[in-house]
Amino acid sequence: MIITELLAWLSDSDNWFSSTGLLVQTLWHLYYCVLSVLVASIIAMPIGLWIGHTGRGGASVVVLSNSMRALPTLGLVTLFVLLAGIGELPTLAGLVILAIPAVLSGAYAGVQSVPKDVRDAAKGMGMTPLQQLWQVELPNAAPLLFGGVRTAMLQVVATASVAAYVGLGGLGSILLEGIKTYSYGQTLAAALFIALLAVLLDTLLSRLSRILTPRGIRVGRPAAAASDA
Amino acid sequence: MIDELTHYFSSPSNREVVLESLGQHIYLALVPLVLGALLAVPAGRFAQRVPKVRGVLLGSANILYTIPSLALFVIIPALIGTGATASINVVIALTIYNAALLARPVMEGLNSVPEHIVTAATALGYRPRRRFFAVEVPLALPVLSTSLRVASVSNVSLVSVGALIGIGGLGRLFTDGFQRDYLTPILIGVVLTLLLAMAGDLLIVALRRLCTPWQRATAGGR
Repeated sequence: MIITELLAWLSDSDNWFSSTGLLVQTLWHLYYCVLSVLVASIIAMPIGLWIGHTGRGGASVVVLSNSMRALPTLGLVTLFVLLAGIGELPTLAGLVILAIPAVLSGAYAGVQSVPKDVRDAAKGMGMTPLQQLWQVELPNAAPLLFGGVRTAMLQVVATASVAAYVGLGGLGSILLEGIKTYSYGQTLAAALFIALLAVLLDTLLSRLSRILTPRGIRVGRPAAAASDA
Repeated sequence: MIDELTHYFSSPSNREVVLESLGQHIYLALVPLVLGALLAVPAGRFAQRVPKVRGVLLGSANILYTIPSLALFVIIPALIGTGATASINVVIALTIYNAALLARPVMEGLNSVPEHIVTAATALGYRPRRRFFAVEVPLALPVLSTSLRVASVSNVSLVSVGALIGIGGLGRLFTDGFQRDYLTPILIGVVLTLLLAMAGDLLIVALRRLCTPWQRATAGGR
């Protein structure tokens, strides 16, 4: 019965191609998600890698990322919007904060997972700390690092729909409108597209991770790429 | 800020809303965690023992986890015919998430139990069922508890989303505050959510220490 409602909603081409339709909003959703995960990675990855490299402050990374995970994005987003006014920036800030813990702990755990004798070998060969990080630790950390990014992306794709509550576009706006008007077909269609987008982005990132991980490491640790969700 | 807090809490109806939301939040986060863990144990055991279903089981768990919570909150009543704003929807949705999230850690935890210990238990005359509950599950707890902590924290933060479909919990303070352009309840909601997540986390750590006394006996543990 819901399926017929879904099909009915999907069969109306207006729902697909209008300026607030599925296709346009999917692109907006994609844009918000990629942008927030990108910004979060630029902020959190160097920090996680460096702390993993020096080994100092590791406990604080764990505590920080765990407590950040508990921050309710809906609360943050409403708070930012009330403080800074309706707009993309305060809303996206909430999504960036959501994405940081997963990226941070992925990068940190990645470097930490590099065997000690591998690091010692790099040091023994006379590499500078930056060379050790860039040429030895980063490639070895890649599977866990990408695991963190994938987790962050999944969370952001799901949560960006919540941000529609404070006026952000994207598939969430279709979803929330469907809830408001008791249109199950519409809600379900939006939910379906959000889930599809999540699967698509996750698959792309996993491909990217495979391409960027050196083959020797891929062969050695096949299960390491599993996300820490 | 203190002034605004005292002003907010001076109203009995505000106090009531906060307390009621907090209680509901605890219920909505805790029940799915317990139910999800109970479902994940047989699923994880199954995946550990039968390699053929492992890929399918863990793969579908991953896919389940990609369905956005907000969407799941809405799809469930449509599928099973519960009222749109019934809190059971949130309980079911989060139970599904938790079971999906915990199945793999259960499997990995059981795998982490050294084979010679299982063999020793068998030699001592433990039958499979008793061996599973008395030996394997306790030894899997350290691995499992890490994921349990992640699940409990993410529950606490996901419950807030329920406010968007009119289901209480601390998220109600966010939507109320937003609609009335009133910062204080939002701040209270954020702080209480954080405290609740921390309390749940500490509770799991304490329970784990209580249930795995041998880890304290061997200096440093694993």
